[in-house]
Amino acid sequence: MTGIQPIDHSAGPVVIRTHDLYKSFGKNTVLRGFNLELHKGENLVVLGKSGSGKSVLIKCIVGLISIDSGSITVFGKEVSELDQAGLDAIRVKIGFLFQSSALYDSMTVRENLEFPLRRHGKGMSREEIDRLVIEVLESVGLRHAVDLMPSELSGGMRKRIGLARTLILKPDIILYDEPTTGLDPVTGREISKLIVDIRQQYGTSSIIITHDMYCTRIVADRILVLSDGICHAQGNYQALSSSEDLVVHPFFHSI
Amino acid sequence: MLKTMSSGSKQPIFRFLDEVGRISSFTGRFFAEGFRPRYEWAELLRQCYVIGYRTLPLVGITAFIMGLVLTVQSRPTLEEFGAESYLPSMVALSVIREIGPVITALICAGKVGSSIGAELGSMRVTEQIDAMEVSGTNPFKFLVVTRVMACTLMLPVLVVVADFISLYASYVGVNIKDVVSLELYYNNVFNSLVYGDVLPAFVKTYFFGFAIGIVGCFKGYHSDKGTEGVGIAANSAVVVSSLLVFIIDLVAVQIADILGLT
Ligand SMILES: Nc1ncnc2c1ncn2[C@@H]1O[C@H](COP(=O)(O)OP(=O)(O)OP(=O)(O)O)[C@@H](O)[C@H]1O
Ligand SMILES: [Mg+2]
Repeated sequence: MTGIQPIDHSAGPVVIRTHDLYKSFGKNTVLRGFNLELHKGENLVVLGKSGSGKSVLIKCIVGLISIDSGSITVFGKEVSELDQAGLDAIRVKIGFLFQSSALYDSMTVRENLEFPLRRHGKGMSREEIDRLVIEVLESVGLRHAVDLMPSELSGGMRKRIGLARTLILKPDIILYDEPTTGLDPVTGREISKLIVDIRQQYGTSSIIITHDMYCTRIVADRILVLSDGICHAQGNYQALSSSEDLVVHPFFHSI
Repeated sequence: MLKTMSSGSKQPIFRFLDEVGRISSFTGRFFAEGFRPRYEWAELLRQCYVIGYRTLPLVGITAFIMGLVLTVQSRPTLEEFGAESYLPSMVALSVIREIGPVITALICAGKVGSSIGAELGSMRVTEQIDAMEVSGTNPFKFLVVTRVMACTLMLPVLVVVADFISLYASYVGVNIKDVVSLELYYNNVFNSLVYGDVLPAFVKTYFFGFAIGIVGCFKGYHSDKGTEGVGIAANSAVVVSSLLVFIIDLVAVQIADILGLT
């Protein structure tokens, strides 16, 4: 870590902690001793160059990618030691917005949103499910798209439907992989505001991966810069934007 | 995750053995996970519908042509020996014992195997399988187990339908020259068939279906990243499962022979 002082966010309990995380793909070492803590109710933005391993990091957290060494605890449970049932129990509490949206192509928007509900919203009535679907669609501003197929949606719409699907189970933690990338500035801002609103409404803790500095500025409680597989710097927006560090500086002063 | 284990060596023989090993462990996983709750009944039914119903027209048309052609072409040879009266039973034997199951399986390998390979392949590439996994649904159970089961259950059904259609076509073929009633024709056919003809032929169709399902799912589920991977998954699903159909057929003949069922 460089000279920047991390600001104190240890107000809430830690919900995600990674310690000394190592992950390589063949000869390509992506994470080399990465540490991170996410506190309850916090919005943590992770910055890093393309290919620096940001997506790999959050996939490790939900157990999609197995780690080489180190530890990841979510709600105090060690992810690599959980059996399938334990992993599923944790995954239900974590919303994951994929960089590619990952909508189910063979299902309509409605079916996409209903899919997690049908599997985890035990004993929900038809009306309740319908109401929730419409509610989340309205919160991302796409109520009219309810009966379209994913192939009929634009990239930005897919992203928003992906976000709606993430929100529908009201997760305690949300991991956003580039929520605003590929959107026009106006929609991008709406999504950024939505992320702020979601935290206010549901008290979720989030890790947000982004390159969008507007988004970073309005959502971040704390920012962490991932570089060379470690946490290179962390701090709040003000602290980092005035940093002269060669890795940190370009993110905040790209124009 | 599996990918990192493999593709180490470039020698074809090692690649082949590696592939065999991976398919075997995939099959092992199917048996380990497939018969434990939770069961995905709704998806299984949907897959049975997709695989069975949508393949039916193609299988039906092929079976009809096959039965007709076989009958018309066999007639001159049999006539030479003055044995035209054996025409119905000869055609029935070849259709039920061999041609019906194998041709139906090959059609399914082409149509069903490739579509499963492409579907799961694109779901892998676009992270839909990952999305399913993080939403707390076991994608192996939901996608793979249901499709393999549906293939295994529906192929025998398709073969039975194909057999009947072929026999009807053969009846039509016989009637081009002779006049035989449908009843007489079917009596002739069923009197010539014995248990040993029907049973092994029927049992092996389950294995055909299973092989097509497993290979299609394996290729798709473990397809490489990139849209290219989808095409490769679909293509190699067809090639490998067609080959397996013939190998299983060969093994089935040997086993039936040993058991004295011929
Ligand atoms: N399944 C995988 N197999 C092999 N290598 C992988 C795999 N997933 C990621 N990598 C490698 O890990 C590195 C980090 O990838 P990652 O997707 O995390 O980047 P990223 O920081 O999210 O970049 P971007 O901003 O472009 O999304 C890359 O070099 C990539 O090639
Ligand atoms: Mg990424």
